Amino acid sequence: MSISIRVPAQLRTLTGGAGEVSVEGSTVGEALKALDAAHPGFGERLFDEGGNLRRFVNVFLADEDVRFLGGLDAPVADGQTLSVVPAVAGG
Amino acid sequence: MDFVSGLRCRECGRAYPAEALHVCDFCFGPLEVTYDYERIAATVTRERVEAGPRTIWRYADLLPVSDPSPVDLGAGFTPLVRADRLAAELGLGELWIKDDTANPTGSFKDRVVSVALTKARQLGFKVAACASTGNLANSVAAHAARAGMESVVLIPADLERAKVTMTTVYGGRVVAVQGTYDDVNRLCAELTSERPSWAFVNVNVRTYYAEGSKTLAFEVAEQLGWQAPDHVVVPIGSGSQLTKVAKGFEELGRVGLLDEVPTVRISGAQADGCSPVATAFAEGTDAIRPVKPSTIAKSLAIGNPADGWYALDVIRRTGGACASVTDEEILDGIRLLARTEGIFAETAGGVTIATLAKLAASGAVRPDERVVALVTGHGLKTVEALAATEGPTATIAPTLEAFDEAFETFESPAGGTDPSDPAGVPDGTPGTDPSTRSVR
Repeated sequence: MSISIRVPAQLRTLTGGAGEVSVEGSTVGEALKALDAAHPGFGERLFDEGGNLRRFVNVFLADEDVRFLGGLDAPVADGQTLSVVPAVAGG
Repeated sequence: MDFVSGLRCRECGRAYPAEALHVCDFCFGPLEVTYDYERIAATVTRERVEAGPRTIWRYADLLPVSDPSPVDLGAGFTPLVRADRLAAELGLGELWIKDDTANPTGSFKDRVVSVALTKARQLGFKVAACASTGNLANSVAAHAARAGMESVVLIPADLERAKVTMTTVYGGRVVAVQGTYDDVNRLCAELTSERPSWAFVNVNVRTYYAEGSKTLAFEVAEQLGWQAPDHVVVPIGSGSQLTKVAKGFEELGRVGLLDEVPTVRISGAQADGCSPVATAFAEGTDAIRPVKPSTIAKSLAIGNPADGWYALDVIRRTGGACASVTDEEILDGIRLLARTEGIFAETAGGVTIATLAKLAASGAVRPDERVVALVTGHGLKTVEALAATEGPTATIAPTLEAFDEAFETFESPAGGTDPSDPAGVPDGTPGTDPSTRSVR
C-alpha cells in the first residue's frame, strides 16, 4: 500500500529537501521503517533504542495522533497520509 | 546587549546558535536558552532592576533579547495581592495572589508575547503567528498591531466569544479551525515547515517566548521584598509556564538577586476534563498519556502538553503536588476568589483556586507556608462559563417601595457578611442561593 509521509523541515536534509515522500507499508511502524530504508537516518531520529517513537516525535495518521489509534501497530490504508511532527509546540 | 550564550537541547545537549530554532534537529528535544550567568551576576543588582520600567523589561538582563524599544504594551509587574480572606476560607496562613488579569490583554500571555515578538522582530520576521486557545491569540494580535507586524492567528472554532472579538479587533487575520486546540497546534507545527518566514510564537520562536514566563517568578520574589515564597501553585496547559517559574526562581539565586538558590515547592493545577499531568502524577509514572480534552477551562485544554514531562519533573523534584478539579469546582473557585478578594479570574484561574483549595484540604499546601497562587487570566474572557448561574439579586420597578420589598426578601442584608459562610467553597459544600450572593 502506498503511503504518503509528510516530513518536517528539520528532517528534510534526509529527503533531499522534499517535504513529502511515498513509501509502502500496512502499518504505521512498517511505513516508518520503509521511510528509513529509502532515506537512511530517519530510524535513529524517530526511534529510541527500544524501538519506540522518541518522546518528542509525534506521528499523525490522517491528522489523528497515532497514540489514539494503536501506535506503531495502527493499520494504514492505501493513499493515507502520515505526518511526522516535532512534539514541542504550543501552549 | 543580551547575555544569551546560545541554545541547547534539553535532551541530548547539542548546542545551537540563538536563531529561530525550537527543537533539536537530531532528537526533536526542546531547545533551551542558555545564558552567561557569570556576566549577568556581574551586571545585575536589585537597584538596577528597581530602577527599570514597571514591566517585564525591568528584568531584561535575564531575558533572551535586548532591545531599547521592545514590542511592549506594558506587560508584567502585575499586583501581588495578600489574600487573607481567601486564606481564612481555605485554612491557610500567608497566601498571595499573583494577579495577572491586570496585564494589557488580560492574561499572562502578554509576558511571553512581548519577549517573543521583540526577538522575532530582531530576527527579521514581519509576520507574527500562533496556535492559541484564546489568550495567546489576544496577545499576539495586540502586540503585532503595536509593532506594525502582520498577524495570523489560528484558534479552535469553539472558542469563547470574547476571546474571538479580542483577537479580531486588532485587525490581524484570524483563522478558526474545526477541531481541538491539539488539532490547531499540529496544524501550526506543520505550517511552520511550510511558511518559515512567519514567526509562530509558540512554535519556531517558542524557545524565546517561553522565557517570558520566568518574569512571574522574578516579580513575585521582588514584590515579597526579594524573598522567595515557600510554595507556588501554577495552572498547567502545556506545562511551559510551570517549568519557567521554577527556572526563574533558580536564576534569581544564580545571579545573586536572591542570597541563594531558593527552595520553592511548585504545584500544578489542571481540570479533570484535561488532566494528563495530574494523572501521571497520581499514577507515579513518567509517561504523559495524551487525552481528548473536555472542560470549560479552554485555555488549559491541551491534551498533548509539550512540556508535560518537564512540568511533572519540576513538581516531583521540588516536592510539590498536582491535582485536578471538576468544572463545577472551577466555577466555585472563580466565585470564591471574586467573593473573598475582589479578583475576577477566567476559568483557568478557577482551576488554580479550586486546586489550591483541594491541596490545602489534603495537607499538600500547608498553613505554615508562604503560598502564591498564579491567577493568569481575566474573567471577562470567559463570562459564558458563569452565565447560567450569575444574575441580578432582584429585578424591580424603579420605586422605593419595590426596592424595600425586594430587599426584605434578601437572605442576608447589606453589611451582614458572614465570613464563615461556606458558599462557593470548592469542596462540594452546598452554598447559599447564588442569586443572593452578589449584594453582600
